[in-house]
Order: sequence, then C-alpha cells, then structure tokens
Amino acid sequence: MSKKITIEPVTRVEGHGKVTILMDEQGNIQQSRLHIVEFRGFERFVQGRPYWEAPVLVQRLCGICPVSHHLAAAKALDVIVGAGTGEGLTRTGEKMRRLMHYGQFFQSHALHFFHLSAPDFLFGVDGDPAIRNIIGIALTNPALAVQGVMMRKFGQEIIRATAGKKIHGTGAIPGGINKSLSIEERDEFLKGADPLNADKMVSWAEEALDFFKKYYFANKDFIDNFAFFPSNHLSIVRKDGALDLYNGVLRAVDADGKKILNDVDCQEYANYIEEEVRSWSYMKFPYLKEYGKEKGWYRVGPLARLNTIDFIPTPLAQAEFEKYKALTNGKPNNHCLHMHYARLIETLHAAEMIRELLNDPEIMGDDLVTKGQKIKEGVGVIEAPRGTLFHHYRINDNDQIEMANLIVSTTNNNEPMNRSVNFVAKKIMTGKEIITEPMMNAVEVAIRAYDPCLSCATHALGKMPLEITLLDHNEQVIDRKRSH
Amino acid sequence: MTDSDKILIYGYGNPGRQDDGLGAAFIQKVDDFIIQNTLHHIVTDCNYQLNIEDADTVSKATAVVFVDASQEENIEHFSLSEVDASDARVEFSMHAVSPSFVIDLCRKIYGVTPIAWLIHIKGYEWDFKEEMSEKAKENLEMAFDFFKPFLLTKQPLTLINALTTEN
Repeated sequence: MSKKITIEPVTRVEGHGKVTILMDEQGNIQQSRLHIVEFRGFERFVQGRPYWEAPVLVQRLCGICPVSHHLAAAKALDVIVGAGTGEGLTRTGEKMRRLMHYGQFFQSHALHFFHLSAPDFLFGVDGDPAIRNIIGIALTNPALAVQGVMMRKFGQEIIRATAGKKIHGTGAIPGGINKSLSIEERDEFLKGADPLNADKMVSWAEEALDFFKKYYFANKDFIDNFAFFPSNHLSIVRKDGALDLYNGVLRAVDADGKKILNDVDCQEYANYIEEEVRSWSYMKFPYLKEYGKEKGWYRVGPLARLNTIDFIPTPLAQAEFEKYKALTNGKPNNHCLHMHYARLIETLHAAEMIRELLNDPEIMGDDLVTKGQKIKEGVGVIEAPRGTLFHHYRINDNDQIEMANLIVSTTNNNEPMNRSVNFVAKKIMTGKEIITEPMMNAVEVAIRAYDPCLSCATHALGKMPLEITLLDHNEQVIDRKRSH
Repeated sequence: MTDSDKILIYGYGNPGRQDDGLGAAFIQKVDDFIIQNTLHHIVTDCNYQLNIEDADTVSKATAVVFVDASQEENIEHFSLSEVDASDARVEFSMHAVSPSFVIDLCRKIYGVTPIAWLIHIKGYEWDFKEEMSEKAKENLEMAFDFFKPFLLTKQPLTLINALTTEN
C-alpha cells in the first residue's frame, strides 16, 4: 500500500504552506512536496500606480521583511530616475540605505537564531514542544533570551531611525533618501547605555556564534548529515568578490565551486534566470536558463552567499569565515544546517557594518538625492536576509508602473526546500505508520533552515494550525495529526 | 497608580492590507487624543506585528493595552479581554507572536508582569489597499468611543477592569 503524508501548514514558518510526502506500497518515500496554497498576485496591484510610490507600496507585501522590499524597489527606481545602479547615489544616501539594510539583517537573523532555530539546538529536534521556543530558553538560559530580545530591539531601532518609522517607512526614495542620521541618533546607537549600543551588539553577535559552534562541534554528525545534498548557489557579490548585502553583481557557483554565472550585471538578470510554474504550487521554481530546469536550480541565502563570495570585508566576520570555509576545505558548503552557522557569521558582519557606518561622518551628511536622465525600466537586486530579492519595474509615459516582476528570496529557495524535505522524509519516515511530533518537527527543521517567509512568497495573510495527513495510494486518509 | 506609572497602548497590523490596519488607526486616534488632552501617563507604540523585542517594551509599562484587527466570527464590533500570560503557546506564525506570548516572555526574562488587555476590532477586508472598509471604520469609532474614558480617567486600571466586566 502506498501512503501520502501531508503536513499542513508548517509551524514557525510564515504564511500558508503544507508538506505532502508520498510513500509507495513498501513504505519507501516516493516524493515530497512543499505546497504553497495561496497566491494573490501582488505585481498586478502596483500596475497603474505612480512609480515613486513603489518603495512604500511594496511594504504591503510582507510585515516580516518590509525593509528588504522597500530597498529593492528603491534600487530599481534609482535606475529609472537616472541615479544609476547602486553606485550613483550620494555617499550619504548610499550609507543611510546600507545602515537601514544592516539593521534589518541584524534583527532578522537574530530573530531566526534565538526564536526559531536555537530552541531546536537547546532542547533537541525531538524535545518537548511546549518548551522548544524562546520562552523555554528564557526559563533555562535567561541571559541568552535577553540577548535575543535586545538584539532584535537594536535592529528595529536602527530601522526606525533610518526609515523614519516602523510601519511603512519612507527613508528610501527614488534616487536617494529623505533623511540622514542626526548626531543625537548616531550617538545613541554608538554610546547608548548597555546593552543598546553597537559595541555590545558586536560582542553579543560573537557570543551567539560561539554558542552555535559549541553545539555544532558537540553534534557534528547530526548537523553535517541533516539534509546534506549538493546544489548550485547564487547571490550578489561586490565586484571584487567581497560579501556585499546591498549591491553587487550576480554570481552563481556549482556544488564544486565552479562559477556558472560569472559576475553579471543585475540589470540583465532576465537573460540568465527563468521561472518554472508547476501545477501543484503557486510558488514558482527559478533556475539558471543555461543549465535548464533539472540542473539550473540554486540555493540563495546565508549558505549560498558564503559559497559565492571570496571574502568578508569586516575583520571579525572574516576570521570566522576562514574557519567556516576550512570545514569544507575551501569548497562550497552543501550542508543544510550549516545555514545557521553562515547566518550567524553574517549577523556578526552586520553588527560590524553597523558600527562602521555609525562611525562614518557621512552618515550625517545633507546631500541626499541624485537626479539624472529618466528611463523606462529598472531592476533592483538586493540580498535580503533570506536570500537574493529581485524587483523589476517598467513605467509608461505617464510615470505609471506598467509592469512589475518580483522574485522573492523564498521563491528562489523553492526547489532546495523541496529537496531538503524529501531528504529528511526519506531518512525519518521510511516505513513508518504513525506520524509523531518529532517527525513533524524534523521536516520543519529542514524547511526552517531557509527561514522561509511564505507571506512574502504568496502574499498570504493569516494563520493556520499545523496538520499532517497520512494517505494511502488511493489518497484515503489513514492518519491525521494537527497542532498549533 | 502613581504619577510615574505609564500605560502603553500598542497597536499592530499592516495598514497596507485594508482592515489589518485597524490597530495602527486606533493608535493614531489615541495619539491625537493625547495631544488634545495633554495626557502624560499614556504612551503608544505601533508595528506590523508583535515580536520578541516587545517583551522589553512592555516591561517598562505598568499596564498594556494591545489593539489588533480581528477576523473572529463571534466578535460583532469589538471586544476587550484581559491577556492571560499563561495562555502563551508556540504558534504557527512564529515570525510574529501573540500578546500573551509577549507578556509571558516579559515575565520570564524581566520578572515583571504588566497587567494587559487586548482590544480586538472586527475587520472584513484584507486586500492590498490602504483604505479600510466602511464597516471596519464604524467599528473603530465604536471601540475608540468606548475606550476614551480609560484615557481620561485618573484611575485607569480600575476603569478598565470595570470595562472588561461590562464588555
């Protein structure tokens, strides 16, 4: 008898999704799919709107990472207003945007580590779900929980200061920014009472990384072998090969490190990347055109970024990067759970960048906007915390948006997330008749490593409980489990 | 309640998703009311959703009133209920947390438990628009009219307890 297991939706993952695992008559896993079940077509909604509204409008997409959408849209519109492709802004304009972006990275990565992934490491994937969360951390390791809370808060305050407000920030506008940092704001972030200052955040980012490394070396076999499979990796990199989360050229490497997309201009992305539609999911499957659907899919996000870059341009993160690269002898890292390791190195880098930018007087400059010759089309590509984010707009003669195309980070990771689920399902569910909570969580751990934001990918709103359904080969329900 | 006690009114939701902006709209009304009436004991905050850092924010308040839009069928216009920290649980949507989660985390980390209530205002439309539905706007006005005495009174905790019982 063949069976199909459905996990619907996935806890600790934003938006609506379900996982279906199909078994054959011998109990072997035949196929695993992460379904995305809601789609609202955001691109349609911006058509006809004045182009300058886009950086604010796109924040309707998602309340989880609005800053990434805000900045990606602004970068696309920089091109349209003739301010160039990331290097044409005033120095203050670019630095303020970078500060906003690193603030977003810092708080987003901190949330993922302390709230979403650390509980699995502290209490085990099969630990008691009642305490496998940050409240459980607060009970057993209150200092760690405080770090998580205050790192989030610091990042949020950076966003508030640079974007102007927490909701529907307006900091980035086509061609630049609408405010710089005041001396008082700068001093508050640099010299504020502990723990809310840049030095403390750098030190806490180091501690979080040390925490993970201790766990990793004590549980190396589990971390190394959980959802390990080869893949291509894609991100933007600075022209000299450095990690640059805000601006750069597109680079992809294969599982062995060979460059398969060699530092191409982001404006040309459509010549290299295509999206496949599959009938069972509303989330598309991007791939590199030259390598086709079967071989051209790739990962994005922290793991991918540390595979594509040559170095990190901040000293503490670079030292950690060198140790991290040594684990795979300098070759690309294809271990799914090393995503957490990479994410924490990036967290440290973001903290260092925030401190560096705050110490730069140009962050308080008054030359805010670049003007140029307007054109009709522009692409903005940015590394969002979850991976590469593409915004592409074309306007008409009335300055209205007539075409918009967005490829969000979670969509870029669609195929690898499916493969990760399949890997784990084969390992833990083969031959099993009953779905247990640890099994459910193991599947989610695989998905959660990518920190997917299905709210972004599907523009969904709302919450659903978790449901797992076990079906036989006739798709008749054998077992069903549901949790919150 | 002493002069130094602060009451935090915290609205959340995405104003870019029609009635999901009810929490933010409520806070705007409170902010205007604070200015008109020179109120010093009320502070406000607003965000897309609640998250773990709000445990720190609420730890500095004596009492907290969360304001959110609701899709609950059994709410006709709005509801006011006390937030029970013991109700905190891991939820599906873990890029955001609930009021009870925030209060419970505050209690576990900081050892303080502000008294907290939740105003749920019924919403109906959730598309990519700024404008709220007419029915949601009416519910917002009703909720705010109901809540005004709380903002003005010298004994807000006593009053809100009375309002909770009444509601």
